[in-house]
Amino acid sequence: MSEAEVLRPDRPVGIVGYGAYVPRYRLPAAEVARVWSGGQGRTPITEKSVPGLDEDTVTIALEAARNALARAGSVDLAQIRAVWVGSESHPYAVKPTSTIVAEAIGATPATQAGDWEFACKAGTEAFQAAVGFVGSGMARYALAIGADTAQARPGDALDYTAAAGGAAYLLGPADESLAVIEGSFSYVTDTPDFWRRAYQHYPSHGGRFTGQPAYFHHITHAARGLMEAMGTRPEDYAYAVFHQPNVKFPRTVARRLGFTPEQIAPGLLVDRIGNTYAASSLIGLTAVLDQARPGDRILLVSFGSGAGSDAISLRVTEAIEERRDRAPYTEDYIARRKPIDYATYVRQRRLLMMK
Amino acid sequence: MTLAGTWRLRHQRYQLQGEICEKCGSLIFPPRDVCPECEAPAKTPYTFSGRGEVYSYTTVYHPPAGFEEDAPYTVALVRLEEGPMVTAQLTDVDADQVEIGMPVEMVTRRISAEGEEGVITYGYKFRPVLRRARE
Repeated sequence: MSEAEVLRPDRPVGIVGYGAYVPRYRLPAAEVARVWSGGQGRTPITEKSVPGLDEDTVTIALEAARNALARAGSVDLAQIRAVWVGSESHPYAVKPTSTIVAEAIGATPATQAGDWEFACKAGTEAFQAAVGFVGSGMARYALAIGADTAQARPGDALDYTAAAGGAAYLLGPADESLAVIEGSFSYVTDTPDFWRRAYQHYPSHGGRFTGQPAYFHHITHAARGLMEAMGTRPEDYAYAVFHQPNVKFPRTVARRLGFTPEQIAPGLLVDRIGNTYAASSLIGLTAVLDQARPGDRILLVSFGSGAGSDAISLRVTEAIEERRDRAPYTEDYIARRKPIDYATYVRQRRLLMMK
Repeated sequence: MTLAGTWRLRHQRYQLQGEICEKCGSLIFPPRDVCPECEAPAKTPYTFSGRGEVYSYTTVYHPPAGFEEDAPYTVALVRLEEGPMVTAQLTDVDADQVEIGMPVEMVTRRISAEGEEGVITYGYKFRPVLRRARE
C-alpha cells in the first residue's frame, strides 16, 4: 500500500470542539444474567448505560453537540454548514434527527442536515464526510455526531451490552483545531453480520461469526492499511481507540496490532457504559482527548455492521489545554450513575405493551 | 398541541429563547412580544443561559392525559439566573433528592409524543447541575 491511498483533504482539517454524553442510568450485566441465565456464566461487561424515559438519539446527540460547541468557543453558528448524525436508532423511520439537532443548536437554516446509517460505523462515516466537506473548502465547519439508544432482543447476547450515548465533533480548519486529522483509511466489504430488516424491533446478528471475519478482519485491515500507508507504527501513538462491543474484542485486536494495554485503557469505556454503537469508538476518543497532551498522536478505528472500519490518525495540538475544561469530561458523565434493575430497564426501554 | 403550535414554539422550547426589551432591558420568558414591565414592544430574541435554581416543586403521581408513561415525575418552578420564572419538569433526579434552592441546568428532552404515529415534541427540562471533577 502506498501513501497515495491515505485519505487526506486538500486543506488541512481538525477537530475544533468535541463533546460527549452518557445517560444517568446503568443496568448491571449481572441483572441481565439474573433474569436470563439463572445468574450463570460470565458477562461481557460490568454494566451499560440506559437512556431515561425522556431521552432518545436526538436528545443525546444534542447534548453532545452542545458540549462540542462549548469547547469550540465562539464559532459563528452560521458557518456550520453541515449537521450530520450517525445512528441505528433514529427516533423517526422517516424524518431526520439532524434537522432537530441543527435547529436546537442554532445552525439552521443555511446548513446541510443528514442522518447516516452504518450500524456502529455511522458516526465515523459522518466524521469522514465532515472532514471532506471542510477540507474541500465547501464549509468552514461541519458537525459530525454518533449517537444511539441501541436496541437488543431481550435475553440476547446484545442485551448485556447494547447501550446509549453520544459523541459530537466540530470539524474545521486545522489552524483552529485541538487535534489535526493526519489521514484516514476506510475498509469495507459486504460481510453480513449485523442487520435489522424493515419493521423489525430488534437487530439480528451472526453470533460467533462476529469475531474473525467481521470485527477482527475489518479493524485489522483498516488499521494496518492506514499505518502502512502513512509509515507509522503502534509505538508512534500515545493512544489507540477501537470499536468496543465488549471488553475482550478491543483488547485482543489491540494486542494483535501491537498496541499495549496502556495505550488503549483511557479510551476503553465499554466495561462501564456498554456498547454505545455509533458513539462507541467516538466516545472513547472524547475520553482520550480529555487527558491527551499537545503532540500526542491518536489512532481511532471504528467498526460497524460486520462490514467495515474507518481508521483515523490524529495529532493533538496546544489548543487542547484551554478548551477541554469548557465542557464536562466524559468521566463526569460516567461518574453520574444510578443503577437500575431489569424491571426498571424494561420500563425505561418501553418494552412493555401499554395498550 | 397542534402541529403548527409545536412548530411555532420550537425556539423557546429547544433553546430557552425568550426576548429582551430594548426600552427597559427586561428579559422576558416565555416570549410575548410586549414587555410586561414597561409595555413597550419587545421582539428581540434573547437566549437564556439555562442556569437557575428550584423555587418550588411538586411530584406528580396522577398525570394529565399524554404524560401517563412518565409518572411519577417532579415539576418545578425554576428561577432562571437572569430573573424569569419557568415551570418545567425536572429530569435525571429522584423526587426525594429535590430541594428548594437546588441549582439546576436546562436540558432538551422528549416532552411528549402523539401516540405511536404522531410527532415527538422536544423541549426544555431541568436537571441538577452536572457535577464536574475539576471545579
